[in-house]
Amino acid sequence: MTSPLQQKLRITGPVVVTANRLGDGAVIYRTDGGQWSTRLEQAAVVTTAAAATTLLAGATADDITAVGAYVAPVRQDADGALQPGNLREAIRHAGPTIALPGVI
Amino acid sequence: MYLYDDLDRTLVTERAAEFRDQVARRLSGELTEDEFKPLRLMNGIYLQLHAYMLRIAIPYGSLSSDQMRTLAHVARRYDRNYGHFTTRQNIQFNWIKLAELPDAMDDLARAGLHGMQTSGNCVRNITTDQWAGVAPDEIEDPRVWAEILRQHLTLHPEFSFLPRKFKIAVTAAAHDRAAIRVHDIGLRLHRNGAGEVGFEVVVGGGLGRTPFIGKTIKPFLPKRDVLSYVEAVLRTYNQFGRRDNIYKARIKILVHDLGAEAFAKEVDAEWQPIKDGPLALDPAVVAAVAGHFRYPGYETLSDNPPELAKARASDRRFGTWFANSVTNHKAPGYAIVTLSLKPEGGPPGDATAEQMDAIADLADRYSFGEIRVGHEQNLVLPHVAQRDLPAVWRALEALGLATPNIGLVSDIIACPGLDYCSLANTRSIPVAQELTRRFRDLDLAQSLGRLHINISGCINACGHHHVGHIGLLGVEKNGEEVFQVTIGGQADENAVLGTLIGPAVPYAQVADVVEDIVEAYLELRTRPDEIFLETVKRVGVEPFRERVYATR
Repeated sequence: MTSPLQQKLRITGPVVVTANRLGDGAVIYRTDGGQWSTRLEQAAVVTTAAAATTLLAGATADDITAVGAYVAPVRQDADGALQPGNLREAIRHAGPTIALPGVI
Repeated sequence: MYLYDDLDRTLVTERAAEFRDQVARRLSGELTEDEFKPLRLMNGIYLQLHAYMLRIAIPYGSLSSDQMRTLAHVARRYDRNYGHFTTRQNIQFNWIKLAELPDAMDDLARAGLHGMQTSGNCVRNITTDQWAGVAPDEIEDPRVWAEILRQHLTLHPEFSFLPRKFKIAVTAAAHDRAAIRVHDIGLRLHRNGAGEVGFEVVVGGGLGRTPFIGKTIKPFLPKRDVLSYVEAVLRTYNQFGRRDNIYKARIKILVHDLGAEAFAKEVDAEWQPIKDGPLALDPAVVAAVAGHFRYPGYETLSDNPPELAKARASDRRFGTWFANSVTNHKAPGYAIVTLSLKPEGGPPGDATAEQMDAIADLADRYSFGEIRVGHEQNLVLPHVAQRDLPAVWRALEALGLATPNIGLVSDIIACPGLDYCSLANTRSIPVAQELTRRFRDLDLAQSLGRLHINISGCINACGHHHVGHIGLLGVEKNGEEVFQVTIGGQADENAVLGTLIGPAVPYAQVADVVEDIVEAYLELRTRPDEIFLETVKRVGVEPFRERVYATR
């Protein structure tokens, strides 16, 4: 299987690097400072393939914190806030679109 | 119930201990994710969109009340208070933490539960009829054979790295409730012309991206030969199955490419040298395995006791539930009760920890401590005395488990879809929920008769859409969720793949489209008891296509 770093990135807009946290699988985003955050607004946003490749390389190297890092699209809403760029990322960010049955 | 012996208990306990060590090494950084991933998958642990998912096998769908309580405990202690029963007699927990998984595995192991072979390219959980052992139309209990296969194929080194995953289902009834013809191997116990009982062996069935109905390669296989023959099928597949292309790696592609006859010849060549060897089943071994199943000590009872007759006569709602959810049992005076996990607006197959605990209590009180899980994502109390049915119904009503929709339009099979699954392209649960609201009128549902809607959120077809009477397949098109609609599929002994009716429809229109199809059926059927499938067979898909696309 080709690793994410060997794949040529095609970037057509703003992107972030996201992954799942090793200990609990929570969705996390790579920050400007080379850390991880569960908050999308703290994610490092890049717009070129070169910058995305660099960001992804740093994320992938951190195998002990994050699993399965990849580049995901984002967009800015009218207020300038960062939003996930597609439905899959929106669900990863906000959780299932359904009420969970076991909530007590 | 099957009772574990010391060997079984040791295997499960040692596996949990081994996994604890693997998790510790992963969390410390000693193992990379590439090294750890195959190890976690061998224990049924996936990484989904928002969390780890743990899949636990429920072999041949049989659960004890204590095991159900353990599942409730895992849901409550380690997850978010619910679990999801799947189309392969497994349960999945969606929010489990890797760091807590070893403790969860220990708790499960103490109840004889595990995630072995619920993932990976091995022989997966062997499934069967959820009414096994109690169905009046079966010739013997198929779980004995599922158990013999399970014992032989668990951690079998030769079959731990097959070209792709491998699913086996067994039935012993005239009506196939285990969907054996859409499995890699389907085994059907039946009686031949000489009155002997043996297996019809069906291979190469499957859904997913390239669906096939399985082909019969052995119309009658003596029971003594089932292990050696299954071994020969697996060896043939292991040797010739494709490993160069994941989309062509399942046995169904091999059987299709070679042709069933040529495939059967290859299997036979593999089988002849081993058929009379150690794998030939000694009747004493079969009897020993069968002896590990404990059957209830049924009372001597009569059918239709006064308590039941009175409740049916005096309470219409009870009568509706009885007619829909209660089935004849082998033993006089007993009944099989199906618990609907498809309430209006609910995610199909989900049960809360409280429901699981309550079901366990009901099983202890009314069903000899036994519960079954069916591939249609409902549960079963398999041994309820008919006199107790009114009390069981009241208890189930209070738990939200008595929706009388078994086999009806709102008894929908659905995969977790994009709300959970990292493979999915679209959501499927909200589509199912909306359909259960549209068809909340149970009088209408009853008048429609048998009508199975199956929904998959991607081409992998975990929701069995190809064999739904109405099948819905979610695909992504230009960033939008759209659904392909098929009709006329069925998963039983007359298994057939559904036919696509036309272009995919937008997510927001799916429920309208299903309503259009149902309205067309009501107009097209020639008598009230002509079920949807019969109408489709008689008139074809064209009238339905016209109705759906006339205004779209």
